[in-house]
Amino acid sequence: MPAELILNVALSGVLTGLVYGLMALGLSVIFGVVRVVNFAHGELMTLAMYGAVAAFQRFGLDPLLSVPALAVGFFGLGYLLQVTLVQRFVTRPEHAQFLLLLSVAVILANAQLMLFGPDARNASVDYALDSLELGPLLLDLPRLYAGGVALCASLSMFAFFRFSRSGKAIRACADNYRGAQVVGLPIRRLYALTFGLGCACVAVAGGVLTLLVDVTPALGPAYTLLGFVIVIVGGLGSMLGALLGGLLVGVSEALAGLFFTPSAKSMVSFGLLILVLLLRPQGLLGRRA
Amino acid sequence: MSPKRAGALALAALGLLVFPELGGAYAVSLATLILYLATAGQAWNLMMGFAGQLSLGHSLYVGIGAYSAGALFFHFGIGPWLGVWVAVACSMAVALLIGGLAFRFGVSGVYFALLTIAFAEFTRIAFDHIDWLGGPGGMFLEVAQRDRWDLAHFRGPPSMYYYAALALALGTLWLCARLSRSRAGYYWRAIREDEPAAQALGIDTFRWKLLAVLVSSALSAISGVFLAFYQNNLFPEQVFHVSRSIEILLGPVIGGVGTLLGPIVGSLVLTLLSDGVSELLAALGWELPGTKQVLYGLALLGVVVFLPNGIWPALHAAWQRHSGARSA
Repeated sequence: MPAELILNVALSGVLTGLVYGLMALGLSVIFGVVRVVNFAHGELMTLAMYGAVAAFQRFGLDPLLSVPALAVGFFGLGYLLQVTLVQRFVTRPEHAQFLLLLSVAVILANAQLMLFGPDARNASVDYALDSLELGPLLLDLPRLYAGGVALCASLSMFAFFRFSRSGKAIRACADNYRGAQVVGLPIRRLYALTFGLGCACVAVAGGVLTLLVDVTPALGPAYTLLGFVIVIVGGLGSMLGALLGGLLVGVSEALAGLFFTPSAKSMVSFGLLILVLLLRPQGLLGRRA
Repeated sequence: MSPKRAGALALAALGLLVFPELGGAYAVSLATLILYLATAGQAWNLMMGFAGQLSLGHSLYVGIGAYSAGALFFHFGIGPWLGVWVAVACSMAVALLIGGLAFRFGVSGVYFALLTIAFAEFTRIAFDHIDWLGGPGGMFLEVAQRDRWDLAHFRGPPSMYYYAALALALGTLWLCARLSRSRAGYYWRAIREDEPAAQALGIDTFRWKLLAVLVSSALSAISGVFLAFYQNNLFPEQVFHVSRSIEILLGPVIGGVGTLLGPIVGSLVLTLLSDGVSELLAALGWELPGTKQVLYGLALLGVVVFLPNGIWPALHAAWQRHSGARSA
């Protein structure tokens, strides 16, 4: 097998992995702060994808341009979800949290089925088949854009949590809940902010992913599982870990599709997940609880 | 037992026994589904409700059981009476592997739950690539004539499957009731409530948690064998799918985690709810796909928000208030 082919496939895996990483970043941030596993993550993802596709089909708006509006809308959705439902379940046992978000997932997935029908949809932009040639490398233009936007969004999340006052306050809540209470941080509001930001991540990831894949309402669970694989591999709650995990899963899936049969590619990710859970349950970059 | 209670129980038993004669074909199939879900739910509840180990991948044990007995019948014509032992053995071997690894490496809580999903998904995709078991195209068990009871091969009319499901549901209920009052039951609850404390009291938590997983997987495998011979077709996409695991755990979670009657009440309520919504929408002439599941999801949301401990404990408490008020 020529090295150029492998390199090209790996590179496209890196770009897809950046989008996966951004999606997983949302999941990881929510778990890291609110300590709730968002089992409706994949359904939120497909909802964002439908939003981008609808904007393209109705108004001819490029998904890259509808991403900001989607991010704002999903931030509001996440904020509301946390305030109205998830907040009551923060102290409830895990299976109750699971059931809550599962119900949300069922409602979201089937509302999408009602609104958009079961057929696969996509945003067929006019540069869908264009590519960029750099010496031996051949990059799909849509994939390059998607990866680039995802990287920018991830970096702005990092910047927010590193430098802004709210970001620091949120990290304080995650690090030391009692301490955050003592110094009078508005924990409920910060939790809602976090859930909103997590949903905004998923909105951007879903928006740009419409450049690469078709969306159907049944895709949700697969993306939820993909998100789990990535955040566990990277370290549940670790932001850099989510990005790294996304790259790892993106590349390994792309290469597995090349070397084995494409249908077996997610077996590689689940195998990876099992290994990481057993040998390093805190993930590659996570801290021990 | 008071005579009144004994009378009510006898009446209920009689009703369950003559049900296939009175109810139509559809009602019998619905009842069979409820009883199957109650059995599988009871098995899940043993692991989560008793021992506190959250499994989100129970379709794995059901599926291994279904495929083992199904493959024996499909390839060698060996009926379920022998097949069920093989199914239980295979399922327990997988459970030993998963539980052993997970508990040895200290995987717990959310991480354990995600590990169970990972193993189930891994198996689902792996089974898609095993041609001996039909691969993604599925494995079809030969359907014999449906009018006569052929117990040796577990082939017969729907009423036979109803009675089998009834026997399984009551059998697992009895077993779980026994286990709940046994030494294992108390150890499991101690582990569920506070594992370090249980360990400090000298309970070998590794051994007892593993036992819970093993018993649960064995019971799940038995319900899987039933499923294989009742449905007669097995597809990895369906048998091992996450949605099957969710279907199994919804009954006990909605009915009441850790209670004996919760899985039965939960699967009864959920199945009737799902069926009732279908009927209602059909009566209204509303055919948009997805509507039923949205309403179902809203109902689930309602239960989980307003009845935090499940339906059965709430019913039980209401009943006690009622009888307490009367006797006072």
